[in-house]
Amino acid sequence: MRFVDEYRNSELGKRLVDRIHRRSKKPVRLMEFCGGHTVTIFRHGIRQLLPSTIEMLSGPGCPICVTANADLDKAIALALLPDVIIATFGDMLKVPGSYSSLQGVRAEGGDVRIVYSALDAIRIAQRNPDKSVVMLGIGFETTAPTIAASVLEASREGVSNYCVLSMHKMCPPVIKALLDSGEVRLDGLVCPGHVSAVIGSRPYDFLPRDYGIACVVSGFEPLDVLQCVDMLVAQIERGEPAVEIAYRRGVKPEGNERALETMWTVFEYCEARWRGIGAVPESGLRLREEYRSFDAEVAFEIELPPPREPEGCLCGDILRGVKTPLDCKLFRRVCNPEHPVGPCMVSSEGSCSAYYLYGENNGNG
Amino acid sequence: MCLAIPALVMSVDGLSAEVEFGEVSRQISIWLTPDVKPGEYVLLHTGYSINIIDEDEAKETLKLLEEVASGLDG
Ligand code: SF4
Repeated sequence: MRFVDEYRNSELGKRLVDRIHRRSKKPVRLMEFCGGHTVTIFRHGIRQLLPSTIEMLSGPGCPICVTANADLDKAIALALLPDVIIATFGDMLKVPGSYSSLQGVRAEGGDVRIVYSALDAIRIAQRNPDKSVVMLGIGFETTAPTIAASVLEASREGVSNYCVLSMHKMCPPVIKALLDSGEVRLDGLVCPGHVSAVIGSRPYDFLPRDYGIACVVSGFEPLDVLQCVDMLVAQIERGEPAVEIAYRRGVKPEGNERALETMWTVFEYCEARWRGIGAVPESGLRLREEYRSFDAEVAFEIELPPPREPEGCLCGDILRGVKTPLDCKLFRRVCNPEHPVGPCMVSSEGSCSAYYLYGENNGNG
Repeated sequence: MCLAIPALVMSVDGLSAEVEFGEVSRQISIWLTPDVKPGEYVLLHTGYSINIIDEDEAKETLKLLEEVASGLDG
């Protein structure tokens, strides 16, 4: 396929790896923020290809993994209401909340439907005028504009039984929160490719300026990631951290202005709860006043018991980059993709699932 | 979950478009890239095009990578 196979050429990959070995002198810690990058790195064994000077950490860039149980519980509670249909992307189904999962309530008769797109959820609403369809708004800046567009489309088509439970999360604010916590020290960041297709590369400008961190936006094919690491190493060795784009075919410095405009028409910033990280100001999105009628938080009032975390699960620490799945006593023995204890094992982009599928030796921790 | 794949736009009708990727064709919303034209590639994410792929930049990147491969980069 075009724009895919070209970036998987193994001869080019070897040359890039050679160059990284030649260039990398200082010991550095790089974090790949995005779970999609974690998958590319593990699937292609990129960690082992890199010189011992480079340590790679996986970041919290998996929207399902970072959804706090308190929010998940709300979605699960909505699914139990009569006359409510929950529409969700498939990965959410198995994630264990405090007391159950969407899959669990579906088995008990809750109407939970997997959709490929928010547009499908609007169609479900049109076909079921006597029910309320709640689309679970999960995802980063990549996904939020699509959910925003669905609200505008529902509004235009007069679909009044469609609403959104917004649990969207924003990447730059949480990167800042992680750094400010002082728990992780980084020299470079592999910036998320499709988040940046929307927001551009400028929102990372504070990282080299205020934290001295090198930033390169990467695509998702193996050559993209190697090129990104090569550029990060070059910046760090020169001692000139900056923001660059390795994924120029998909990302412009200014992002996609129409997508941003759509997102900000419907949403505004709010505080969001992140698993393992806690509440981060202005790191989430809620529906604006004008679109209240599409806000599931307004449409349904739900009392919930306090959330609880699965015992022994280290997802929170793993998401902060301070532990790896190998530190978890449940890893493999109790927790696996068939019977996941925490979200990092459920999502194919979670660290625990990547370690499980591609071998723990893949890690360099 | 931020997965987006390159898809070729076959035809455009208002704010929706027919795209192809691999052997699959699909109706998508181009609400977020209303200026896209048939023959262009988009990054497709959950039924929406989130950006138009820049072919010139794609070629430029490959050229750079090939320079690394042929040792022209020094
Ligand atoms: S292996 Fe399972 S229990 Fe352990 S941190 Fe990962 S998801 Fe949680």
